[in-house]
Amino acid sequence: MTAQSATPVSARNAAFAGVLQRQGAAVVLVLGIAAAWFAFPHFGTADNLRSLVLQGSFLAVIALGMTFVIISGGIDLSVGSNYALGGVLAAWGAQYGIFVAILLPLAVCSLIGLINGLLIARTGMAPFIVTLASLLFARGLLLALTSEGATTYKVDPGSAFLWLGQGTIFGVGVPVYLTLILFALGGLLLRRTRFGQSVFAIGGAENSAMLMGLPVARTKISLYTLSGGLAGFAGVLTAAYLQSGVTVIGVGTELDAISVVVIGGTLLTGGAGTIIGTLVGVLLRTLIQNVINQIGTLDSNYQTVVSGAFLLVVVVIQRLLARSRTR
Amino acid sequence: MSSATLTRSPDRAKVTAWLQNYGVYLAVVVLLLFNVFFTENFLSAANFRTQLVQASPVCIVALGMALVIGTEGIDLSVGSVMAIAAALIPLYLGAGPLTAIIVAVIAGVVSGLFSGYLVAYLGIQPIIATLALLVGGRGLALVIAHGQLVQVRNQDFLELGTGDVLGVPIMVIVAGVLAVLAGLVVQRTTFGRHLVAVGGNRSASTLAGLPVKRVLVSVYVISGALAAIAGVLATSRLGASDPSDVGLLMELSAITAVVVGGTPLTGGRVRVLGTVFGALLMQLVQATLIKHNLPDSTAQMVQAAIIVVAVYVARERSSK
Repeated sequence: MTAQSATPVSARNAAFAGVLQRQGAAVVLVLGIAAAWFAFPHFGTADNLRSLVLQGSFLAVIALGMTFVIISGGIDLSVGSNYALGGVLAAWGAQYGIFVAILLPLAVCSLIGLINGLLIARTGMAPFIVTLASLLFARGLLLALTSEGATTYKVDPGSAFLWLGQGTIFGVGVPVYLTLILFALGGLLLRRTRFGQSVFAIGGAENSAMLMGLPVARTKISLYTLSGGLAGFAGVLTAAYLQSGVTVIGVGTELDAISVVVIGGTLLTGGAGTIIGTLVGVLLRTLIQNVINQIGTLDSNYQTVVSGAFLLVVVVIQRLLARSRTR
Repeated sequence: MSSATLTRSPDRAKVTAWLQNYGVYLAVVVLLLFNVFFTENFLSAANFRTQLVQASPVCIVALGMALVIGTEGIDLSVGSVMAIAAALIPLYLGAGPLTAIIVAVIAGVVSGLFSGYLVAYLGIQPIIATLALLVGGRGLALVIAHGQLVQVRNQDFLELGTGDVLGVPIMVIVAGVLAVLAGLVVQRTTFGRHLVAVGGNRSASTLAGLPVKRVLVSVYVISGALAAIAGVLATSRLGASDPSDVGLLMELSAITAVVVGGTPLTGGRVRVLGTVFGALLMQLVQATLIKHNLPDSTAQMVQAAIIVVAVYVARERSSK
């Protein structure tokens, strides 16, 4: 970016392209919200906006971990299964109190993430394939725990644990606050710590990072552990919200998470990305869902068509802008 | 990685190399022997037919996936392409089974052209280019079918999934013919040599004047067409078009079969016979566990372990 100072005009164009590339999703989000506000009378109601941010919060927690992984140049396909597994463990653990309900899923899902990280960092196997295996493994474990999916663990309606998912502060759901706190912490971790710098360095050029003496293996292991733990925590929140551990959720969630991260401007090639962008990506996806629900007569299957098309448009635009800047 | 290669003794290197080349065949033979001795009613023609028929769709999809992976790509859209093909069948069966099949396969080709264009001409990473179609494609299939399962009653069409020729199921014949074709393409054609070269070193291939973009588009088109054929066969066998379920997680099964069969994810090499055996192996593992009353959950965990072991064994050569 700094190298482009040939003429003022091209510099301005490049800066404009840069803003679009980084903030394009935010611009679309603002325009989308404005359009929806005018088009649908129900959209702007406090009830609808509250449910919109609440619905987005579960995916946001998963996507936070995915952002770290993708910035490092990796990918985590196991988050969908971990998410479902975390929910089931939380609902089962709730009978032993709120601490078991939170800590057990966190421990198990972080452990799965840790194993992902160990295999990826220590053996040099592709993240894609390692996390694909743990996608299958975690889903198998989930099925084994629920007698092949036949058992649904219900949380006792009097349990304090439910507050995590169903409680509200000033009318807004607790998961929303927790999500914002996690994103704030995530932003600090990524931007203000040595760990965060290492993540960017590894994603930019792994060999150089290694030559610079950065703890590449340790950082990778931490990343995947973090991603697993966050997916498990999203499961905890969902179990508290739904009052049970639902076995059929989480199929394809890894792809949703990857989509929102990419829509948010994080490059799948690694080395660049932002936490805020991911938040914007999640809101955009939730907005699309919400608008399709508002239209009502529209087949809900269009939701995935629109999501897929949108992902594509964003990626193509990113690609074209990146090309025009390198020229 | 490199330090591990240096310290490894020659004997162990030989064993690893042998396993890399023949591990999947060995595993299939071992599992077959295990079943012959320890599984009741395994040694029957009917059972062998069932196993082969069930492995056929995965095998067909995996053949296309092997070509894509050979170019250092990946095709996540195969399951959704199967669903689109399945959704189109009932719409065009009125004009005859052949028309319906042709329409479905054309849809697969178009999907492949789409992914291939994104990868080859826009330079978008294969995983993202095909992810968009994975997400959107199933929605599209459901929109086409109005979200419903449709019974298929055309006898000629159903024959495809249930009938046989001289005792061999038609599905198995189709899979076999396609496997032989894929083998010939990889081993004996210029296109096959180009494909492997592109996967091995894309910039060198570009410099050498190979038609890199055309090769890339072609492999995605082949993969899309094969996925559509698998979708047609699955619909015929089920006797119904079920766009919400057909091909679900197929991308994972196909990638697994390819990788277990010894094709490295880093491209530059395609093993067609290994892929076929990879598909057979995954089917046998599942059947073995089910026949011994082990639940689906265990099958998935075992499958996960197999993937990790296979990739671990295959890794050293590909990392060189």
